[in-house]
Amino acid sequence: MQSPAEIVQHSGGVIGVSWLMIALPLLGAAILLLGGRRTDKWGHLLGVLMSLGAFAVAVASFVELLGLPEGERRRGMSLYEFIPGMVDLGMLVDPLSISFALLITGVGSLIHIYSIGYMSHDHDRRRFFAYLNLFVAAMLLLVLSDNYIGLFIGWEGVGLASYLLIGFWQFKPTAATAAQKAFIVNRVGDFGLLIAIFTIWTTFGSLAFRDLTADVTGQASQGTLTAVGLLLLLGACGKSAQLPLQSWLLDAMEGPTPVSALIHAATMVTAGVYLVVRSGAFFEAAPTAQLAVTIVGVATLLAGAIIGCAKDDIKKGLAGSTMSQIGYMMLGAGLGPAGYAFAIGHLITHGFFKANMFLGAGSVMHAMNDEVDMRRYGGLFSVMKITAVTFVIGYLAIIGFPLLSGYYTKEGIIETAMHHNPVLGWLAVLGAGLTGFYMSRMVFMTFFGKKRWADDAHPHESPAVMTWPLIILSVGSIGLGAFLVLGNRFMTFLSPAVGLPDPVPTPHVFGVGTAALATLALVAVGAAFAWFRYGAAEVPALAPRGSFLTAFARRDLYGDALNEALLMRPGQWLTRIAVFFDNRGVDGLVNGLAAGIGGTSGRLRRVQTGYVRSYALSILFGAAAVVGALLYVGNM
Amino acid sequence: MNGGTIEAPTIEYALLAPMLIVFGAAVIGVLVEAFAPRYLRKSIHVPLTLLALVGAFLLTILQAVRDGVPTTPAAMGAVAVDGPALFIWGIILILAFVSTLLINDDEQFVAQAAAVPGSSDEEDAVRHGYEQTEVYPLLLFSVGGMLLFPAANDLLVMFVALEVLSLPLYLLCGLARRRRLLSQEASVKYFLLGSFSSAFFLYGTALVYGYAGSIDLRAISASLGTVAGQDTLLFIGMAMIGVGLLFKIGAAPFQAWKPDVYQGAPTAVTALMASTVLVAAFGAVLRVFWVALGNLDWHWRPVMWGVAILTMVVGAILAITQTEIKRMLAYSSIAHAGFLLTGVIATGAATQNREALSAILFYLAAYGFTTVGAFAVVTMVRDAGGEAGHLSRWAGLGKRAPVLAGIFAFFLLAFAGIPLTSGFFGKYAVFSAAVAGDALPLVVVGVVTSAIAAFFYVRVIVLMFFSEPAADGPTVAVPTIGTSAVVALAAAATVVLGVFPEPVLNLADQAASALFIR
Repeated sequence: MQSPAEIVQHSGGVIGVSWLMIALPLLGAAILLLGGRRTDKWGHLLGVLMSLGAFAVAVASFVELLGLPEGERRRGMSLYEFIPGMVDLGMLVDPLSISFALLITGVGSLIHIYSIGYMSHDHDRRRFFAYLNLFVAAMLLLVLSDNYIGLFIGWEGVGLASYLLIGFWQFKPTAATAAQKAFIVNRVGDFGLLIAIFTIWTTFGSLAFRDLTADVTGQASQGTLTAVGLLLLLGACGKSAQLPLQSWLLDAMEGPTPVSALIHAATMVTAGVYLVVRSGAFFEAAPTAQLAVTIVGVATLLAGAIIGCAKDDIKKGLAGSTMSQIGYMMLGAGLGPAGYAFAIGHLITHGFFKANMFLGAGSVMHAMNDEVDMRRYGGLFSVMKITAVTFVIGYLAIIGFPLLSGYYTKEGIIETAMHHNPVLGWLAVLGAGLTGFYMSRMVFMTFFGKKRWADDAHPHESPAVMTWPLIILSVGSIGLGAFLVLGNRFMTFLSPAVGLPDPVPTPHVFGVGTAALATLALVAVGAAFAWFRYGAAEVPALAPRGSFLTAFARRDLYGDALNEALLMRPGQWLTRIAVFFDNRGVDGLVNGLAAGIGGTSGRLRRVQTGYVRSYALSILFGAAAVVGALLYVGNM
Repeated sequence: MNGGTIEAPTIEYALLAPMLIVFGAAVIGVLVEAFAPRYLRKSIHVPLTLLALVGAFLLTILQAVRDGVPTTPAAMGAVAVDGPALFIWGIILILAFVSTLLINDDEQFVAQAAAVPGSSDEEDAVRHGYEQTEVYPLLLFSVGGMLLFPAANDLLVMFVALEVLSLPLYLLCGLARRRRLLSQEASVKYFLLGSFSSAFFLYGTALVYGYAGSIDLRAISASLGTVAGQDTLLFIGMAMIGVGLLFKIGAAPFQAWKPDVYQGAPTAVTALMASTVLVAAFGAVLRVFWVALGNLDWHWRPVMWGVAILTMVVGAILAITQTEIKRMLAYSSIAHAGFLLTGVIATGAATQNREALSAILFYLAAYGFTTVGAFAVVTMVRDAGGEAGHLSRWAGLGKRAPVLAGIFAFFLLAFAGIPLTSGFFGKYAVFSAAVAGDALPLVVVGVVTSAIAAFFYVRVIVLMFFSEPAADGPTVAVPTIGTSAVVALAAAATVVLGVFPEPVLNLADQAASALFIR
């Protein structure tokens, strides 16, 4: 087993100015938000330009990083010290962060371009691009910071951008509510992260990643480490929509589709996985916390898949699938160095194929007057060939069709989990089977079978500015997995940042192990069952009642009901009780205190008579008091 | 001293040059008043004053960068030009320069001070366009006194410095062009109370001399514990010297003059007083309590605790109900004096807390700039009767003059000590020094009163930005170049010291590391 490399102080070169990655989109957001309506005409172009600029810096930094010897590929830079040694901002460019930066700026730029077309009819397109730029800047700050404070600022920044973008069409009450729900649920996770940061600070006296190596964390007590791990996991659960904080993601689909693709599929929701991997030094020292990560991962990957099976809304189906896929990543991240490379690899390939499918779904909605109900689709293959073909490529990638992107990365996670703990492994295989079913169902209901369109629907292919991003993303969906996994290319690349497992696995072009074959068989069964139900058979335009299982899945496994029953209602009770005591007790105290201070102030004010004689008298008394006090103290 | 002959005193002119330049320019200023024709005076005074301050500042820097700060006092042991003194000189000179720019602004000072308010004499004076140009030499004398005050190494020199700095200020306070009665009342009050407290200082000096047989600070320190049975004399003397100094910084219960004087004085003079005098007075407090009485810190610290707590509480609580902007800033200044006192308490001989000394120096620099800036803004918000002092007139200012209101809000946040302003680091430095100096309860009081203080700062911000503007509200005067330069400079200093405090913190630390000459 090989530990992560030391972080080397860096100066000069492109990496020396890698802060531009954050600064450019931030500047874009500032110009667009402060410039107001004056920037309406060219605002979207500026947004795209800033994102592309950040991408260029990321690529150049990546190239420069590859030119360095492997052991020196973790470059740290101090940008600004607020309180030296306590609160400072710095950059950490290493294989892990640059992988994220490439994904964020690359996929982000494609989605920016796509949005030019998608949002072309919206009055507020400029504001939309401002928020997108803000998001990109915050997300890059999150992954490029060299300490937990910068990470946390970015973490809150993406939360804010996500809130603003989910509620972008705030005139829709559902969108406004969804935005608030996302914000509030995330708050729970954020508190976990915050307390974790406090604990790390008080225990280790530093928040910089460079100081928090395995040697350091190893010295703390097991209880503290487990607590830190679990609190970090809570933060990760909020941001990455993992059980039990998953409920906001499905509602978040109220946002414009490019937002769902960028923030709620490709990048932001994977921040939790980043956090767990970046905090590897804590999790590897706390097996209990690590076990919790894998359990959360497996539970979520199953829950997301089950929810995905029952959704008729194409975006919600994809959202369930996102939950489920992040569950896989979380599972991988909980497996230690053996799983990190697959988790992050899957994160990247997922970023491509899921963005691919989300944008495809957006293209379909664009063509169908914003209809999202798949029961009103059908037979769209013939009218929108590019969208359909690219969507199908993404679909094949996600179900793990051999040799495509998802096959390699997901298979890696399943194999590692099987090796680690067969129960986890088999549950992950089951999840893969479910994925085969619900994704096939989605494809059949949308692109094949009979047309069930609304009367006024006239579907057509989307403009080039929307289809080209689809095409580029689908290329990634095809080949990226093989490129990353075969020959352990990605694992080796990532090793300076996260370490290397022992033994290093040997990936195959086509696996023939039990797990691999079982997965393929289950996926095939799932897909076949979906064909039988939704491809060959008639799909009713109105959803049938279905069994109690369907109802269970349709209602998000009663997640909302559970939240309402367990948290909201007791919460409301608690608030009512709290308000009661607050009014009587705390408010009385606080208002009383405030009134008391105000009253004291008012009374004391009268001492200020304006008469110089009374001032002189007060000086005299004061002097007497000081003399008396000194004499008293002196003679004590 | 032998055989009744008197040796000519040795004076290190080079070392004292900054002070001498200021005094020299003041004397020239008096000559200008005597000989130059009225219409020329102002155009001579302003460059003269500014040049003198700049020259003195440059010489101060020269002293500081020269190898080795002297380790013995100059001028026959009367003046100690050491690291902290040089730092304090630097701050005073910059702040005085900035205040001069503000004072130079038109129409702040009375046409003829001798004319009875509302009389026909006054009308004549106004009609002839007279101006009381003595302001400038008075200012220079006062600044010279401020330079001497924190550098004085014996109690009598310190007393002389106290008077030299105070007397011109008493006059300056009474020279407001508008609301003259209020201004004159402030002047007289300040004079009476100032004299009263000076008497305490002098009496204390006499008592301490009775104990130690010397007025030299180092000799007093050396005598501590060697004189048997005279402790009472020492303690009473120490207390009375303390009263005289605490009056100058406006610590409770000697704070009563501050609001009345700050309100009545011309605002530019208030800016000068609130910034430079506080700096000079804290320099003197530190010197007396550190050089002369440092070994008695177990005795004076408990009393100073009480004074600091009282000062913070009185400043913060009384500020809440103020309705006049200058009075509110005066109480805020009292509260800040309390925060600074916590730093003074942290410098004890026992701990020899260099950290606390450098924290106070930084705090003084940060607070001085913000204060001058805030008062400069006050001079710009005017209505028909002059400055619109009442807070209700500031309602909705954010809509009328967003930039100015924004800058003022920024100054207020700096007073409150919000991060990314200079005030945050000042407080942070002083409080952390106090924690290190075993004064944790004091810091708790400091933080609580800071929270109370934040209320009235933020209240003004709310008033400016979230209230409907008054129908006949004040207009914001188009600022002269001088005033806008002051506001811009103060704002820049507040930002820079809040975001990149490192250079100034290091400078303060360096100045403090030389410590006072003991």
